[in-house]
Amino acid sequence: MVFYLRRIAFYLVTLWAAISLNFLLPRMMPGDPAAIMIGKLRRASGGRELSEETVKAIYALLGADKSVPAWDQYLAYWGRLLAGDLGVSSTRYPYPVATLIGNALPWTLLMVGAATVISFVLGIVIGAWVGWKRGTWLDHLVPATSLLQSIPYFWLALVLVAAFSVQLRWLPIVGAYDVFAFPSGPEWSWDFVVSALYHAFLPALTIVISSVGGWLLGMRNMMVSTMSEDYVLTAEAKGLRPSRIRDRYAARNAAIPSLAGFSIALGFVVAGSIVTEQVFSYPGIGKLMIQSVQGLDYALMQGVFLVITLTVLAANFLMDLFYGLIDPRVRSHG
Amino acid sequence: MADRYASIRYLLPKWSGKLGAGLVIVGLITLFGVIAPYFTADPRDSGNKGLRPPSAEHLLGTTKLGYDVFAQLAAGTRGSLYVGLVGGLSAMLLAIVFGIIAGYFGGWLDEVLMLATNIMLVIPGLPLVMVIAAYVQNAEGLGDFARSSTLVALILGITGWAGSAVVLRAQARSLRTREYVAAARVAGESGLRVIFVEILPNLVPLIAAQLIFGVMAAVLGEAGLSYLGLGPTNSITLGTMLNDAQTGQAVGSRAWWWFVPPGLLIAMLGTGLSLINFAIDEIVNPKLRLAPQAARLQRKATKEGKGVAGGGAFA
Repeated sequence: MVFYLRRIAFYLVTLWAAISLNFLLPRMMPGDPAAIMIGKLRRASGGRELSEETVKAIYALLGADKSVPAWDQYLAYWGRLLAGDLGVSSTRYPYPVATLIGNALPWTLLMVGAATVISFVLGIVIGAWVGWKRGTWLDHLVPATSLLQSIPYFWLALVLVAAFSVQLRWLPIVGAYDVFAFPSGPEWSWDFVVSALYHAFLPALTIVISSVGGWLLGMRNMMVSTMSEDYVLTAEAKGLRPSRIRDRYAARNAAIPSLAGFSIALGFVVAGSIVTEQVFSYPGIGKLMIQSVQGLDYALMQGVFLVITLTVLAANFLMDLFYGLIDPRVRSHG
Repeated sequence: MADRYASIRYLLPKWSGKLGAGLVIVGLITLFGVIAPYFTADPRDSGNKGLRPPSAEHLLGTTKLGYDVFAQLAAGTRGSLYVGLVGGLSAMLLAIVFGIIAGYFGGWLDEVLMLATNIMLVIPGLPLVMVIAAYVQNAEGLGDFARSSTLVALILGITGWAGSAVVLRAQARSLRTREYVAAARVAGESGLRVIFVEILPNLVPLIAAQLIFGVMAAVLGEAGLSYLGLGPTNSITLGTMLNDAQTGQAVGSRAWWWFVPPGLLIAMLGTGLSLINFAIDEIVNPKLRLAPQAARLQRKATKEGKGVAGGGAFA
């Protein structure tokens, strides 16, 4: 129980730190992001006066003038967030930030989520096998995985697009579905799902190829270490089938650190998927983030950063709970 | 006399094919970045014809604006190495401060520092870097520094130290309980002296490995940031080359000589650095070296009919 309480407390503190960072950054900078943002909103609205509510929201999110005490600003900021009000976007005026994020989030969650799970499972299975076959020619393949890891995600994506989309014309270049076949946007039909899968294939492949090396290498190294443990020798001495020793004795224990390292790897996957979405113009959270940063749409940028952080924290938290479930040592020693 | 260097020699990686290949790759790329810019054409000379494939005159062709790709590649390599080095070093310094102090002193200091480290670890890196870069690069009063490669490198360093700090802390914690450290403390050595004289030297292989990771992460991070248009504007890096290629529709116009070389160079540099890291890993964790070797010997013995186990898990 103490383990779970500690983890929950940790994630609450991290959440608070991330939100406070979001609060502090625009206010610490020389210059006035709120003024820049309001200027951008004015231009986006075509010179019409902004509603008082919009202006108030921007001041609450990005910093009012120095006469308002910092503590009051902080409270107002929290009030906005808890009400789900993230301001109005200037690059996609007049849509509220929350709506834009709501539309983009499912695309990223499905595509990146599926790619991450596939890559994790592939890495663990292949890594266990390569580790089992240690000391054979397979060892020489291990350095090759580092090549996969060192390839910038977006460059791999560019090369894949050049090969499969531009040269061979097998796969689409941009987008998440065929916008000409479905002009009214996403719908629940078989054709649409096929179109979405067809468009998600190359971005997902990019993420799988560039992230599988890390899982594979970590699992292989743990497998090699685990195989020299005494209990594996005991299992061998008992005359158990090699496949049983491999799957039940070695691989299960060797996989534990990979699960623990999931959170660190997840950060890389998120980073990689942001740039990958840019290459494919995939209408997900990453594309939104890039759009906001390039257009200096501070309200959208803050909102997207918050949602990305929240999602990553949630994924980590679930992984922690799962980790505590399968490895009792973590629960007792924290 | 030879024994005088034994303590140093065990810290150096064993010579192996991996290490050799890694050093050669990294060495060649570094030489290329340091020397080649003096011999190539001006990377910002747009007087050439645009989008020409490789030829004798332009080894790697030209970009849409007529820049010589080979010259850009040389300048970009230098720029990326600079960002990698500055970013990697600043991340390493922060990791040493947070990791070793937390691991050595323990107690509430450890709790506080590790909380900060873990928060940095779970907050996704690239989005954070993007947000910071977007604010800082548009802040007033920074002048040319606002879009310089040094600032990009520092932002990458400040956000990328947490993973190394965790690794260093774990090792510092275990060193703290060794007898020789206890002896030094009993002898009245101050905390900082114990850290610098007794603990740091034993962490050298680990710190070197983390520095290499840091350099790799900074080079890759810069490439991503520049690709998204948040990179330095005052210098050419491999990332800004890729950004130019993206905005210039290099993929759509099939100008492979424009976007393939910079990415390939980043991948080669990363591979070289991680090959060196493999060699260091095998010092830090001897099982990685000894276990495959033992398995190999055992299989050889079985093949020659001297083995005891006729196959199974250890063959």
